[in-house]
Amino acid sequence: MSIETSKAGIVIVGAGPAGIAAAVSAAACGKRVTILDDNPAEGGQIWRGGRAKASTAKAARWFAKLKNSGVTVHASSRLIDANSIACTLRVETANAALTIEYGELILATGARELFLPFPGWTLPNVMGAGGLQGLVKSGLPVKGKRVVVAGSGPLLMAVASQLRKHGAIVPMIVEQANLTSLARFGVSLGGHPGKLWQAITLKASLGSTSYMTGSWVKAAEGEDKVNRIQIQTGSKIRTVDCDYLAVAYGFTPNTELAQLLHCNMKNGFAAVDDYQRTSAQGIFCAGELTGLGGVDLSLVEGEIAGYAASGRDDLARKRFPVRERARQFADGLNRTFSLRPELRALPDSQTIVCRCEDVRYGTLRQADCWRAAKLHHRCGMGPCQGRICGPATQFIFGWKQESVRPPVFPARISSLVLESTYTIEEGVNK
Amino acid sequence: MSPANYDAVVAGGGIVGAACAHELVLSGMRVALVEPSVICGGATAAGMGHLAVMDDSEAQFALTRYSQLLWKELAQRLPVSAEYSASGAIWVAADAEEMAEVDRKHRFYSQRGVPAEILDAQELAEAEPNLRPGLAGGLLLPDDGLVYPPCAARFLMGEAVASGLQIYHGRRVVQVTGNGAQLDDDAFLSATFTVIATGAMAGKMFPAINVQPRKGHLLITDRYPGFLRRQLIELGYLKSAHSLDVDSVAFNVQPRLTGQLLIGSSRQYGSEDPAVDNHILQAMLQRAIEYMPGLAGLSAIRTWTGFRAATPDKLPLIGICPGYENVYLATGHEGLGISTSLATGKILVDQILNRESAISREPYLPERVYALHG
Repeated sequence: MSIETSKAGIVIVGAGPAGIAAAVSAAACGKRVTILDDNPAEGGQIWRGGRAKASTAKAARWFAKLKNSGVTVHASSRLIDANSIACTLRVETANAALTIEYGELILATGARELFLPFPGWTLPNVMGAGGLQGLVKSGLPVKGKRVVVAGSGPLLMAVASQLRKHGAIVPMIVEQANLTSLARFGVSLGGHPGKLWQAITLKASLGSTSYMTGSWVKAAEGEDKVNRIQIQTGSKIRTVDCDYLAVAYGFTPNTELAQLLHCNMKNGFAAVDDYQRTSAQGIFCAGELTGLGGVDLSLVEGEIAGYAASGRDDLARKRFPVRERARQFADGLNRTFSLRPELRALPDSQTIVCRCEDVRYGTLRQADCWRAAKLHHRCGMGPCQGRICGPATQFIFGWKQESVRPPVFPARISSLVLESTYTIEEGVNK
Repeated sequence: MSPANYDAVVAGGGIVGAACAHELVLSGMRVALVEPSVICGGATAAGMGHLAVMDDSEAQFALTRYSQLLWKELAQRLPVSAEYSASGAIWVAADAEEMAEVDRKHRFYSQRGVPAEILDAQELAEAEPNLRPGLAGGLLLPDDGLVYPPCAARFLMGEAVASGLQIYHGRRVVQVTGNGAQLDDDAFLSATFTVIATGAMAGKMFPAINVQPRKGHLLITDRYPGFLRRQLIELGYLKSAHSLDVDSVAFNVQPRLTGQLLIGSSRQYGSEDPAVDNHILQAMLQRAIEYMPGLAGLSAIRTWTGFRAATPDKLPLIGICPGYENVYLATGHEGLGISTSLATGKILVDQILNRESAISREPYLPERVYALHG
């Protein structure tokens, strides 16, 4: 079975591993491919910084493939609106806005870190784990600084390892998952020797850093910035001094664009079939927004989407077994690091939940749904449009998010204005 | 539990329903309010919250002015979250023809004791430096105010609840009879009076009253304190006939207390789809940029739509529902529901209780719409 592809070519949104793999695969099928990404360089979050700063051999390999593929990459190009009927995307760059037509569209918009509010989480020098990693990559000096890395998931170890390489003192990694579930996962790694080796080398690079399991940051304290944190393990609480706290509770998918394009969702992720097709005609999704799974799953999903969007379902099918294996690993990962209910109870009534609008937990507790929280208490009404507090309140209160409206990201008003062919009578109002 | 007994049931938990319930409770009645969705989540949440005085007709003037003064009174009790401010509004005149309208409006308001001040081109430019050069002038109405409607309405509801209002949240009124309201969960709220304050939805329950949804778009920006000082509205509607069936846009911007700007406005008939229409949004923004070029570079963070309850003669329906006993309408406020909600509550309850009103109630009686149908 194959699908018709259009003259407008294949457009891919997101130049992380899934987007790169999709582009390389589609280009290999002879398709005209364009990638759009809002970062200055390709690589997404995990391979941030692009080819020049490739941190692993795998990243370097894929960057090279992308370079040789003839794919056009538009960096610093942010998607602000999309129309699935006209098959157009509205893109904002530093000084212009343009409309791009697509024949087939592959969304590889990835995920962002999940932040859960706790007392003191808004203090300066409390940062996202990936966020601090990015800052250190771009030159923030951490030599001799005490940095506690906390939250959940395998990213914590990678971040701790990188911080140590840059001279930071990382006394501990604070992981909320229990040792028993981690041990079960460790055993299951036996079926994935590559992963096991990765874990062992990572562990070795962590030296004196202790790995606390079943533990979480209860509060961050300090005057003008964090200087001490409380770590809870069971019912025990210990206080630790630090200069930085890097904390993230895994990831939450960037599904806004898929929702705007009317792709069906399933359990908070974009729903796709075996060929990574969504419910919307001609639109595919690959990578984290279809389910959290890390680099390897993203890459193979990208390949499958790239082949399928090129009408080469036969090539796509050949990658199914690889994806199946990556998915099993991802499922184990997600089970292991699933969030404990105690984290819902971390904020006190004074804890800010919505940072843009300074909305506190005590206020939000009075609301019975996300829309009421927005309308009556301004939660999620600021520039981030609920990207941070939305997933947090979803976890804490179980609130469902609303439909997505343009602009997907804050955009210059001029970027939203196009020549209008629609006949309107101006000034007939009020 | 036996069927609940009330003196009055209000269908609709927007600002008009809140104002009616508030007034009914104050009169000593046992009152229930039924809202199927988020409280104050319909047109109340979608509107700008401009507390305007208007002069389209004597009746429109009387209702808007009465309500504006009621808002001033209420403002002393409103919480900070209701963001009340009496910062005034300016009707902007682009040319000499529109300046003539400024003069006419100025006479109209001055004769009726409403403060109004004519601004010439230079005074307008000084009042709002971000307007484009070359505009003719404007009319400043210092009594016009602003409010954040969902929180203002919730405050009214809160006061009413403290005095005994019962809210049926998540339930919908599916049918009204002369002696109460049937809810969608089969409960029947028995009541002497029923008030229909369901905005643009009222036409669904009572097709004969000819209330139509009229879709509007709004956009809000990031925070730019000082960019804009007052609500600004163009007078340009003079140049074209005020049509009831052609889509239209106009320049209408408002400074929120947060420093954010609300940019409107648009009017569309025949659409019940809440999705943002890009061609309308673009036309609306183009119009705004024509008047205020600096808007082009500001960051937009959100757009949305809402549905006004429009009537054929641009006046609301406030009073007994023709063909029913003890069923009252409080709908059809089009773009002035926030402004006129408080006056609506007053004159509706005056009517129910056979009290004197501060203004004549006659122009708003729903029976006129039947007369219009002829």
